[in-house]
Amino acid sequence: MSAGYHIVVCGGIVPDPLQTLEPVQGPAGWGLKNELMLPAILDPWAGHALFEAANLAKNVPGSKVWLVSMGPKAKLQQVMMTIAQKVPFELVVLDGPASGFADAHETGAALAEAIAAIPGLDTSRLLVFGGWQSASRGAGATMQVIGEKLGIFEQFQGVDKLEILADGALRVLERVEGGSYQDSVVSGAPAVFGWATGELPEPPNNPQVGMQNMRLVMPALQKAKPVKLEKGPEYSGVQIPSQKRETRVVKDAPVDQIAKEIVDWLSA
Amino acid sequence: MDTLRTLPGDDVRQIMWRFTDRYDIQMVVQSARSLARGLVARLVAEGARKTHEWTDHKAQLLEAFDTSGLTALFMDPHQGGFIDGPKNLALALVAFELAWVDAGAATCSLATNLALAPIHERGTTEQRDEYMGRCVPPLPGEDRAPFRGAFALTEPLPYVGVETNTLVGKLRVAKWEEGEEPILQVDKRGRFITGMDFANFATCAVDTDDPRIKSSCIVIVEDTDPGLFDRGAPTLKMVHQLSSTRDPVFNVQVPANRIVGGYTVKDGVIVPNFTHSEIIGAVFHRTRVPVALMTTAKLLSAVEPVIRYQRQRFRGGDASEPGTPKYELGLQAKPDSVLRLVEIWAAGEAGASLGFATARLFDQLDPTEKEKDKVFAERGICGPKSQLTALRKVEKQAIEYLQMEAAPTRDEARFAELGQDTLVSYALLESLANILCPACKLWNTGNGATVMREALALMGGYGITEDCPGFLFYKWTDAQLEATYEGPEAVQRRQLSITMTNEVFLTRLRIIIEQFAALGEAKPETGATVVAKGLGLWLWTIEFLHRAKDPSGARLYHNRRQNVTFPMADALCWLMASYCQINDVMELAEKGPENAVVAEGLEGTLGFFTDLALVQAARAAGEASRVCASMVYGFGPQAAEELDAFDALRSQLDRSMAGAALAKDRAAQALTQVMIPEALDYPL
Ligand SMILES: Cc1cc2nc3c(=O)[nH]c(=O)nc-3n(C[C@H](O)[C@H](O)[C@H](O)COP(=O)(O)OP(=O)(O)OC[C@H]3O[C@@H](n4cnc5c(N)ncnc54)[C@H](O)[C@@H]3O)c2cc1C
Repeated sequence: MSAGYHIVVCGGIVPDPLQTLEPVQGPAGWGLKNELMLPAILDPWAGHALFEAANLAKNVPGSKVWLVSMGPKAKLQQVMMTIAQKVPFELVVLDGPASGFADAHETGAALAEAIAAIPGLDTSRLLVFGGWQSASRGAGATMQVIGEKLGIFEQFQGVDKLEILADGALRVLERVEGGSYQDSVVSGAPAVFGWATGELPEPPNNPQVGMQNMRLVMPALQKAKPVKLEKGPEYSGVQIPSQKRETRVVKDAPVDQIAKEIVDWLSA
Repeated sequence: MDTLRTLPGDDVRQIMWRFTDRYDIQMVVQSARSLARGLVARLVAEGARKTHEWTDHKAQLLEAFDTSGLTALFMDPHQGGFIDGPKNLALALVAFELAWVDAGAATCSLATNLALAPIHERGTTEQRDEYMGRCVPPLPGEDRAPFRGAFALTEPLPYVGVETNTLVGKLRVAKWEEGEEPILQVDKRGRFITGMDFANFATCAVDTDDPRIKSSCIVIVEDTDPGLFDRGAPTLKMVHQLSSTRDPVFNVQVPANRIVGGYTVKDGVIVPNFTHSEIIGAVFHRTRVPVALMTTAKLLSAVEPVIRYQRQRFRGGDASEPGTPKYELGLQAKPDSVLRLVEIWAAGEAGASLGFATARLFDQLDPTEKEKDKVFAERGICGPKSQLTALRKVEKQAIEYLQMEAAPTRDEARFAELGQDTLVSYALLESLANILCPACKLWNTGNGATVMREALALMGGYGITEDCPGFLFYKWTDAQLEATYEGPEAVQRRQLSITMTNEVFLTRLRIIIEQFAALGEAKPETGATVVAKGLGLWLWTIEFLHRAKDPSGARLYHNRRQNVTFPMADALCWLMASYCQINDVMELAEKGPENAVVAEGLEGTLGFFTDLALVQAARAAGEASRVCASMVYGFGPQAAEELDAFDALRSQLDRSMAGAALAKDRAAQALTQVMIPEALDYPL
């Protein structure tokens, strides 16, 4: 494929997972306590997709990466100060909710519309990337909806590896149960990939890359259109999973001992 | 009433410290932060600090600084950097972020910048481009290692330390052939030189030891120069172990074009364009600011781990049941534990405001200083003495400008004329920088070290163990170095004793007093009245000390009378820090509503920061008042009318503190409510 891919990565933002996340019901429905004030990060699953996209674009000349993101503009801007330093991309912003309580169908439809409106996007070369899950919403449906809306029916979820074969076909490893992979080959673009963790480390920050990205990031944020989602599902109740976190700090414990403790705990 | 809901995020800090529009700086901050809370924290947790030697383990830092853009931060774009223009604020923020985890790592990242600083400030254009360019990490495809440097001023006892004039490092002419560049013999021993394990070059302060060299200077030596470039023994320091420090010995031959800032030849004598002390003055002026902010970062970094410790103190086991105050609030149920934390946070806030205000001032000063140098060159005014005389002449105009600026009406033409005068602008900025720079270096580090001890105390026994979250013990002891290197407290106090009686500054101070008195009328909750009264008392006392005498008839305010000048310098620092803190709170009040994220919960955030400002103002004014009283009464007896006048001002000051203790109660209450993350974002 000499002309390269057009890779669109869909990535939302989520509150930093180290923060205290407490569901509360406000006038506008469910949300997290102080959600707007909590520091946000790019959804980790989408982050893996973005790094994979940048790596693919680097290896296939002529490729280009867009990051399409829906979230409150001011919060997105802060997240860009980190993400835009990692890999080159062009940003498309939808100024709307990033909440995990928003409806996946509505979100997917809005994102699909924004993707379809990207000027110069060649759908015959289009690879739509995203996370197969989200750290704020476990719906696992958004990427499918986007694909359906865009008329892309080649869809893969839980992707850990994407390989370009010599004939231009794409080989995909999807996570299936029991730690195994489903190994598929698709003849080429367009296709949708919901990424699991992929295989790449997080690239280091480099303000020099950031300075280049910012030339396009800031205008994109400025011209972001407000998006209003129709009211989604009604939640009759919301609870944090009743897990009990018991943290012990143990230094220099041998691996065998750690493994034994986990096994004992599992079989207890 | 709304109260502080979460710990302040980047949006709030960007407004308070004025870099909302600087995306380049925001990115550098994120870059430094992830390095600090990643690699740096891991190194500390893995015990990298436990040796004086520079190890491969520690050396990972250098590469990380290179790949994350921090090394190139100091350079201009044409040299390979990425930020155009002055970088004082950016460098200060990087030091702040790194020191949030470990100040030694911050020092390590700044070492090459310190080595380059003499070249950056006073080097020739060729020297600047060459050395700055070589220190930029290689770009993809380039096959070279980045150059790293060390700055060598301090010498083995009994020579250069606090006093930087008695240099034993020497420079002689080794060879000078007709029409050729002279070759110089550099003979310099260093003590406590940072970055010496890996430095490829050092900028050395040396005196002349040859009638053919006119004065002292700073000279660059490289590790490939002919002769001895011995890195020496490692310093057995007990702090900042993530930086390298050794006592090197240099005995090398270098061409004369290594004299920083160049030289001329006059009657067969090499005349360096700058003496070592002229260059050092310019260098430390700037590099002291990031050091000040290192200690400050640590105070602010202590807040979250202390809150977590306090809240979790009695959880687990059967010591208390969920739902009981003991379980939910832990130690925070006891007022003193949160009140003390308020004091720590307030001191950190004030230090940050003072330090970042100073860094921003230098960003303004840098271009003005270059313009000033151009004007002097055009007018043929060279040499420090004649420049000083010329600047003294414009002080009157600078004062005129300040007075016009503050007046309700003015002669606009004259005001514009003065505003465009480079030398006037320079005098205005420099007179303030001459206060803020030593003030932040002195107060943030010296007082900060003391306050850091309080933070440790709140952790109980945990505080003095390696397991203390946030590395608080290391942060406390490290603070002592920040108070010492790049000029210990005595040096800052000495500088302030001279600069704080400069008339341009005193004029500005009178205006600040008026402005803050007015602000205090409108918003008494900010503490502006307290600061205005405190500064008023300080000003009265300074004037008194100039006219009063002790019983032996000796003048009270005198350079050699450090029992007068030094405490007065300390008192001013407290007040200036508080002044800057209130300014930042006002900025948040003004700009906060414009940012959607900050606007959410602004009432609570602003109320909390206002309370902190009042708490700190009362603390600062109390300190200033104590110092002033000890000056006015301590060298007595003095005339009754003088004492009456002082007492009247002091009692006004005391009365202005109304409500400060209530503000502290409110702030303490807020700390029992504020939401904190589940866990610290860097390891133990
Ligand atoms: C880890 C570390 C790294 C360093 N890195 C560098 C470096 O990279 N490059 C470099 O050149 N130097 C470096 N230094 C040296 C540092 O700048 C000096 O230690 C510092 O300037 C103090 O000098 P001194 O130790 O000789 O103290 P002294 O000169 O002996 O002063 C000791 C004390 O005496 C008192 N005192 C001295 N003079 C006066 C006075 N006039 N008025 C009142 N009181 C006075 C003060 O209390 C002062 O703190 C480093 C030091 C350390 C510990």
